[in-house]
Amino acid sequence: MQIFLPIAEVSVNAFTLIGLGGLVGVMSGLFGVGGGFLITPLLFFIGIPPAIAVATGANQVVASSVSGVLAHMRRKTVDFRMGGVLLAGGLVGSALGVLVFNLLQRVGQVELVVQLCYVVFLGLIGAMMLQESIRALRRARHATGRRRLHQHNWVHRLPLKMKFRASGLYISVIPPALVGVAVGVLAAIMGVGGGFIMVPAMIYLLGMPTKVVVGTSLFQITFVTAFTTLMHAVNYNTVDVMLAVLLIVGGVVGAQIGTTLGARLRAEQLRILLALLVLAVCFKLALDLFLTPDDLFSISTRVR
Amino acid sequence: MRALALILALGLPGVAGAQDSGSTMPADPQGGLLPPVAAPGQWPLFPDPGLPRSGQAPDPVEAPEQVVAGLSDSSVAITTSFDGSDILIYGAVRRETPIPEGSLDVIVTIEAPSQPLTVWQKSRRAGIWVNTDRVEIGAAPSFYAVATTGPLDQILSPDWDNRYRISLPLVMRGFEGAPEVEDSVPFTEALIRLRQQNGHYRLDEGAVTLVEDTLFRTDIRLPANLLEGDYRARIFLLREGQVIDAYSAAIEVRKVGLERWLYVLAFEQPLLYGLMSLAVAVVAGWGASAAFRKMRRA
Repeated sequence: MQIFLPIAEVSVNAFTLIGLGGLVGVMSGLFGVGGGFLITPLLFFIGIPPAIAVATGANQVVASSVSGVLAHMRRKTVDFRMGGVLLAGGLVGSALGVLVFNLLQRVGQVELVVQLCYVVFLGLIGAMMLQESIRALRRARHATGRRRLHQHNWVHRLPLKMKFRASGLYISVIPPALVGVAVGVLAAIMGVGGGFIMVPAMIYLLGMPTKVVVGTSLFQITFVTAFTTLMHAVNYNTVDVMLAVLLIVGGVVGAQIGTTLGARLRAEQLRILLALLVLAVCFKLALDLFLTPDDLFSISTRVR
Repeated sequence: MRALALILALGLPGVAGAQDSGSTMPADPQGGLLPPVAAPGQWPLFPDPGLPRSGQAPDPVEAPEQVVAGLSDSSVAITTSFDGSDILIYGAVRRETPIPEGSLDVIVTIEAPSQPLTVWQKSRRAGIWVNTDRVEIGAAPSFYAVATTGPLDQILSPDWDNRYRISLPLVMRGFEGAPEVEDSVPFTEALIRLRQQNGHYRLDEGAVTLVEDTLFRTDIRLPANLLEGDYRARIFLLREGQVIDAYSAAIEVRKVGLERWLYVLAFEQPLLYGLMSLAVAVVAGWGASAAFRKMRRA
């Protein structure tokens, strides 16, 4: 069933979009990532202009993360205080990111910067997560004595300390706020929620327990992507609500399936799966950058 | 969709007779529903500024053969389920004298409103492929189709092509802004090639059927990814590579219904539109969450 998107001004198959949303929704519920890092490149691929793909991707992430965060709130696995600090940073980052995005679009390097960001971030994080979770699996197998709750590092020596009860942490607010800013910038530039950055950062940098990480990151993502969507809609008219609705229909259902699945799988297995997925997307994007493109030329119509 | 079949006039005696008795349409082209054929020299045949056209259009008083034509649709409505539209363009050659010697040819073009765009070229920098060079095109039609009765290079002389800018490379020429690269030809060629690949620029040689050197018709498919605006159909009558008469008509392409409403809202009330998009997302997320909880309890 073909459907004409009013803002993107392209005609696409409605079922393709619903399926795409569904796939990404499962990821969202399973790993606590918004799935934006999959949906934005996929939207490029089916011919949605980059500016619209990014803005609408952010809107879709709002829906899937609302759905996910509600499920986590019922299980009491959201650290609201930590979420609030991350969010404050996130809003600043998002405002910055929307400006940078427009600048990049003017000089024609959006796709390059987006792809480079993906390759670098996904590569680093994927490798880190894979290494860590394989080690964790081994440790579980040859159960070697008692482990410390979390490692103490430079993060714990910064000022402005605050108690985060749900996470069982007493740390400075500076690192979480900075993580929030970084995630906000990425949300605006890449149309992603930033969960794939935030989840590892919370586990390895802040030392939060895995149990509350997913719910808290979804909480922050919901608000940051909502703000990003609004910024894109008001400044550049690039949110296509028709496209968003189709992605959302698939996405919200997928998110619920993902959350249910996630409760049944072991945390270490989940992390290996996410690490492999992140590395796969990274590899695919890196190939596009390094291999000679099919056509050296491309057309971009000017921003309205 | 309003299907307006407009037959203006058929000047050939036999055909015209049948028309007069069977149709309520006026036989006089000046009194038809379509805009009348404009006087030469002020033809709005090509909508956008380019190089000034050399030469004058042929004088219709002296032209022994004239084209009269109609379109199956004078407007195209973009609805939610819009996936392209076929436009039938048909007409006849009016002449007072017997059919002259030599072959008669017809060229039909449809073009979309123009928009500014940038053509980028990638090159390898530090191992990765980067957009490095660009050419800004001030205005290029987002859709352009040419249908002919025969091979374009055989039925149209370069001189007349220049005058009316019928073939694709010539449509592009005159639209180029000041290029930032030394040789902008590969860029315009790439633009044409890319748009031909996705079907937005088309050359259908032989797609116009001409019967008895008098009646002609062709179908031109408008793609699904259509931009709004006033499209223009042009019909050229040719003999020995020379344009002996031309005709143009407008096709209005508009979004309607929900499409129109959302588009207008997005551009005129962006904050409201943004909040609406968010509300849709939040309600959908919450609704799915609530629905699944109920399902699990049941």
